Amino acid sequence: MTHAATHPLIRSLDRGAVLFVAAMATIAVAVPVLNLAVPPTSALHVSTYLVALFGKYACYALLALSIDLIWGYCGILSLGHGAFFALGGYAMGMYLMRQIGTRGVYANPILPDFMVFLNWHELPFAWYGFQHFAYAALMVVLVPGALAFVFGWFAFRSRVTGVYLSIITQALTYALMLGFFRNNFGFGGNNGLTDFKDILGFKVEAETTRAALFSISCLAVILGFFVCRTVVSSKLGKVLIAIRDAEARTRFLGYRVESYKLFVFTLSACIAGIAGALYVPQVGIINPSEFAPGNSIEEVIWVAIGGRGTLAGAAIGAVLVNYAKTYFTSGILAPYWLYILGGLFIAVTVLLPRGIVGSLLHWTALRRDRASAAAEEGVAEPLPAE
Amino acid sequence: MKVQERLEIKEAAAMAAFERTLLFIEGVTVSFDGFRALNNLSLSVEPGEMRAIIGPNGAGKTTMMDVVTGKTRPDKGAIIFDQKHDLARLDEAEIALLGIGRKFQKPTVFDSHTVFDNIELALKADRRARATLFWKESANESRSVEELLKTVRLSALRDRLAGSLSHGQKQWLEIGMLLAQDPKLLLVDEPAAGMTDAETRQTAELLREINREHTVIVVEHDMAFVRELGVKVTCLHEGSVLAEGSIDDVSTNERVVEVYLGR
Repeated sequence: MTHAATHPLIRSLDRGAVLFVAAMATIAVAVPVLNLAVPPTSALHVSTYLVALFGKYACYALLALSIDLIWGYCGILSLGHGAFFALGGYAMGMYLMRQIGTRGVYANPILPDFMVFLNWHELPFAWYGFQHFAYAALMVVLVPGALAFVFGWFAFRSRVTGVYLSIITQALTYALMLGFFRNNFGFGGNNGLTDFKDILGFKVEAETTRAALFSISCLAVILGFFVCRTVVSSKLGKVLIAIRDAEARTRFLGYRVESYKLFVFTLSACIAGIAGALYVPQVGIINPSEFAPGNSIEEVIWVAIGGRGTLAGAAIGAVLVNYAKTYFTSGILAPYWLYILGGLFIAVTVLLPRGIVGSLLHWTALRRDRASAAAEEGVAEPLPAE
Repeated sequence: MKVQERLEIKEAAAMAAFERTLLFIEGVTVSFDGFRALNNLSLSVEPGEMRAIIGPNGAGKTTMMDVVTGKTRPDKGAIIFDQKHDLARLDEAEIALLGIGRKFQKPTVFDSHTVFDNIELALKADRRARATLFWKESANESRSVEELLKTVRLSALRDRLAGSLSHGQKQWLEIGMLLAQDPKLLLVDEPAAGMTDAETRQTAELLREINREHTVIVVEHDMAFVRELGVKVTCLHEGSVLAEGSIDDVSTNERVVEVYLGR
């Protein structure tokens, strides 16, 4: 292990990774403490509104990680990742719906309100088991994972790549959106799932629950980051980058490219599902608009702005863009948000093609390389004056 | 023996000839939209041989490589490797694992990996995703990589990103990657393209060195380079073999001259 075969970018990222995890862990602890333990009169107090807002951002950050894993490292540009996020969200939403029980408007112990409203008498098969958290949690991962596996199996086997793959991922999320909009699809149609009461016996609206969900979301980002880091720094990760750089060469070396893509695509969908599941109890609703193709495109923009192929950058990009979105859409600039987002995307693509974090890493790596080259020269040829 | 039955080799002499081959191509035809890139091509290469394939543009040289490596499926004909594998039925990865390496016309390496990692990725090992996820570098492996780097004269550049190499260095790196696969048969597409005279000579030397342990097929445009190699030459024209023999025989062949210089 004496050789320094790692690229300077990866080496510096290792330090960056520690920094990122430390920052996330600090936020995971500090924000709930500042929200719950510090009195509202104090300047250090973090409002419950902000806790919920940043909890949402943490979910987006996890989603961004999952997109960066496939796009940044394997070159698979999914423009339909919002579908996996939404499916995870629906699985969680179904659990939360079944927790409502007799507290619903129609007080039906089994059927959620919308089913009673539609005059249904029996729980659809798809809803079985969702009263159990463990089952729902399993579905959060399994449903997006299974869909990604089946989709990927066909797409990667028939060697659909590049823009064609991006387009069919858009079609996938669009088709799901149309399906979920229909009442007879059985997932609440247009209105989706909402009016949640409890999660694991805790009130969804309670400040403590929100704080806990925030911390769990941050923890999920940390865990997701570790999983992605482990994957990309393994030899498998090197093969992924090889596929991104020269797919045909990788094939002719004997690597079964479709298996690698399928693995990473499915893993990514599972992570996106978890992000969606954490998102739903914090925003209190999941509806078909989460499947909107525009969402998926916006998610890719977060990653591009943060820096694709950097993981931490993707997460940071998600938070920054969404913070900007919250900031701009709540003021007089609201009608112009989409122009701002578009402008931001163009500016980053033209001025910082590596994204914010990618550029920072690149510059530090360059500087270090120059410094070490200078140091080597110094050793090899001492100055004549000495 | 299934493969041989399908070939319908009846004569004992032909059978004996077949049994001496590493690569046996018989009656292969490939058409693209009516254009016959390969037209009933038959060709055989013996183990340990180095063969140069020449021919004008559109003669089918690259298509022949595509067919052998599984990129293109033949419409007709048989491609038998090592007397037992029918390559027409396998895909690129399976063929690569049988021991056929391919160098592209344009040097193709992994730009964002270091020179060392490029070779290491090519090194013979379990190619399955699960195996690579839990892989740990062994001392043996890193030693093999170092040796290969020496063979292709890139030891000094081991930590450089492959994307920052010169054209000639990339060509060598790709050859190093092929060697790392330890293939039985190496297909090399125009290795001297875009190289300086000095680099061309070094490349010829490198190929001869490689040929000591591997069977090599070189597709080349550059006659001087082929002459330098000093091996048996097959000239393709319009998808089939026009002439075969030493470079002097082939280059004085009337039909070859006609094809190259026009009528």
